[in-house]
Amino acid sequence: MSVEIIKPGLSSSLQDGGRFGYQSLGVGRAGAMDGPAWQLANALVGNSQGEAAIECTMIGPSLRFEQPAVIALTGAPMKAAVEELVLPMWTTCLLPAGSVLRLGGMSMGCRSYLAVRGGFAVTPLLGSRSSDMHARIGHEHGRALRAGDVLPLGTAEPLVDLAQSNELHVLGWSLDPQPWFDFNPQPLALLRGSHDAQLDAVSRRLLYGENFVVSQQGNRTASRLDGHALHLQAPFEMISEAALPGTLQLPPSGQPIVLMAEAPVTGGYPRIGQLAAVDLPRLAQRRPGDTVCFRDSSMDEALGRLAARQQRLARLIDTIAQRLQDIDPIQDRPIRDRLKSIRRERTPMDRS
Amino acid sequence: MTPDIEFEALAEDALLLRFGNRIDLDINARVQAAAACLRQRLPQLECVPAYASLLLRFDPLGWSNGDGQLPHWRVQVAASAALAEADTYIPAPRELLIPVCYGGDYGPDLAEVAALCGLDAQAVTTLHAAADYRVAMLGFAPGFPYLLGLDPQLAVPRRSNPRQRVPAGSVAIGGNQTGIYPDELPGGWQLIGRTPLRLFDIASGNPSRLAPGDHVRFHAIDEDRFLQLAADRTA
Repeated sequence: MSVEIIKPGLSSSLQDGGRFGYQSLGVGRAGAMDGPAWQLANALVGNSQGEAAIECTMIGPSLRFEQPAVIALTGAPMKAAVEELVLPMWTTCLLPAGSVLRLGGMSMGCRSYLAVRGGFAVTPLLGSRSSDMHARIGHEHGRALRAGDVLPLGTAEPLVDLAQSNELHVLGWSLDPQPWFDFNPQPLALLRGSHDAQLDAVSRRLLYGENFVVSQQGNRTASRLDGHALHLQAPFEMISEAALPGTLQLPPSGQPIVLMAEAPVTGGYPRIGQLAAVDLPRLAQRRPGDTVCFRDSSMDEALGRLAARQQRLARLIDTIAQRLQDIDPIQDRPIRDRLKSIRRERTPMDRS
Repeated sequence: MTPDIEFEALAEDALLLRFGNRIDLDINARVQAAAACLRQRLPQLECVPAYASLLLRFDPLGWSNGDGQLPHWRVQVAASAALAEADTYIPAPRELLIPVCYGGDYGPDLAEVAALCGLDAQAVTTLHAAADYRVAMLGFAPGFPYLLGLDPQLAVPRRSNPRQRVPAGSVAIGGNQTGIYPDELPGGWQLIGRTPLRLFDIASGNPSRLAPGDHVRFHAIDEDRFLQLAADRTA
């Protein structure tokens, strides 16, 4: 079982939950920029082992599935089609053998996830299949996917007996993307950083009141924020310390930088803030040119929101798993009605 | 050993222990000893040593128990208790010998470093190979060691024009530190030699030859020996 990349998209890479435990050896975690979207894509295809999915950036790839496959798309709203049929996101799709899935541009946001049942089964390195494009670790030294790449798929019990159908199916239900994707971007919660007290008064007011613009130079390592230069009351030299995703650093240029999934493992710039962990996927979805503004938050609030999100995510993943179990065309015939052939449904309309 | 540690909650899952504000061998030795101790006593924490600080990463929801206290406080209490008994847990640091072919094509900046230091190339090589270094931390790239212990006479500024490609294994000086490029990387340090050893192998379960806290010495080898060791490695 494998998938061939026909067109690579803008910057597509394999990502999972990340590489844990090697920061002291200079190896960062990497992993999906929008963790919940990645988890939900896996849940929708019945993967439960943290399988690798394709993270698409701005423009998704086109892929050919040699065998029937179960797929799901989550994250930023992205064009997706098989032949002339538009595929919905946030649900489970069953593709017949030979399908060419064409993913396109994103109308907003900038990271979407394509999960396939069984997961992309490239060789894990240090416990993860994530591509760390900055450290050049991962499949093909962590480079972005290219046309011609053939990605192996892991084996999994069939979700339904796909051999019987030559048609594309989409489940009759889908997730509400609303809590998992910001259609109306809100201010991002910022914890006071170690060197917040050393910002001058004007800079602090700007940081917690004004809009910044995501720079064109953003990538999986860091997101640079343009708009207002911030300044410390006095220049400040610090020695390198361990660095983290979500840290808002202030380099001498005065343009703050938020470290992202491929954050360097050490850093020596003053830390003026730390983005709340639950808002990191939200920032990951802001594309160059989008605005960002911050609000003051506390560790208590950030932890409370993190616990609430994790609970909500765990409950939703459980619900999805139950509903997928119900899809059993042999033992549970009525549930099969939930599978509708969009080809059958759409054809009359398309021809009218 | 705990009274003068500053604790700082950096993120939901991260607590920083700061032992000082200088790049200093003694301060770093305390960082490494604390890391070694905590890895044994609290293996559920990820320990990331740097020059003068130690980052602890933990599962914030796993360290909460709903009593209104931050998990950071609980981690701090547990870490402090563990460090209070640190003496019995400090293992002897590993000692590693790194062969280096100094100068020539392997160390294209050796002559410039010598000129900047007011020494001849042989003296630079001798001083560099005579010192006992400690890996203060790994960073910049996977497996890149920042080594403390450089003879102050050999401290030289970084190059004004960083190189786009520094060959893997290059041994270099940047400021008052020395390091080894584990892979072909861009870099601005002055290159004085190269080791034939592979420092980082992602396919290995234990990918980095060097770890924070290790003691390192260099010994000079000639080009024949370099080529022989390099050939042995790839055989």
